[in-house]
Amino acid sequence: MKTSVIVFPASNCDRDAVVALEQATGKTPDMVWHGDAELPATDLIVLPGGFSYGDYLRSGAMAARSPIMRAVVEKAKGGTPVVGICNGFQILTEAGLLPGALMRNAGLDFVCHSVTLMVENNQSIFSSAFEKGQAVNFPVAHHDGNFFADSETLDRLESEGRVVFRYVDNPNGSARDIAGIINDAGNVLGLMPHPERVISPLLGGVDGAAFFKGLVEAVG
Amino acid sequence: MKAKITITLKNGVLDPQGKAIEGALSGLGFSGAGDVRQGKIIELKLDETDEAAARAKVEDMCRRLLANPVMENYSIELTA
Repeated sequence: MKTSVIVFPASNCDRDAVVALEQATGKTPDMVWHGDAELPATDLIVLPGGFSYGDYLRSGAMAARSPIMRAVVEKAKGGTPVVGICNGFQILTEAGLLPGALMRNAGLDFVCHSVTLMVENNQSIFSSAFEKGQAVNFPVAHHDGNFFADSETLDRLESEGRVVFRYVDNPNGSARDIAGIINDAGNVLGLMPHPERVISPLLGGVDGAAFFKGLVEAVG
Repeated sequence: MKAKITITLKNGVLDPQGKAIEGALSGLGFSGAGDVRQGKIIELKLDETDEAAARAKVEDMCRRLLANPVMENYSIELTA
């Protein structure tokens, strides 16, 4: 299974994502520069966390318009699984692959700690490793993680089972405690917490290892 | 032409930065100032000389990059 991690200027979780994917697949992912126009052959794409383009204009706004994103959008529309973590989630909303927007945290603080998430839907390729209602612990580290969408969109996300992860104790003011959502086709996930940071007991947790292993198994 | 684009958060969208500014104003002793909202202004020069064409171009820029329609409104001011 071939995987790709997109690297934007000021991505800072790209190498963590590479290690997590390597652990789950046994193969080294391709790191793809934002200025490239084409993706290598890939079965799974990760948009990593960070502060791409210094968060200029809006978090993720510049990255979403970078050359590689045209290729990512095309692949995503063709069904290739895409995960956007933290800044990656922001980029996915800015690119129109996921609804809503990630706004400044309601408390204005940069939040940086472990959070407990409830797995709301385990029927997605991104959550099949977990039980529905299972609590998992991933760290958050963001300033703009306050998920916002109009109530009609939120209702649709809920009724279609597209809220995959929900905060138990909301750290950022996100609407309906939403931590992670999928697109309507179910092949694109955006989440603010960082599963790639908890892939070994040495790092304080292994729920992220289960996340990547489950995803890799589901993608095949 | 010159364009000045003012981008603001939509009504009803929580603006924590505006709230913090409001709190700081009150801390400085400015009473009676409320509903503080923070936005941004983008200025740019255009080769266009026709106002309608310039407006159409800037509208397109706003929709595709400068503003996020999920949470922001924008207004455009054009001057020669």
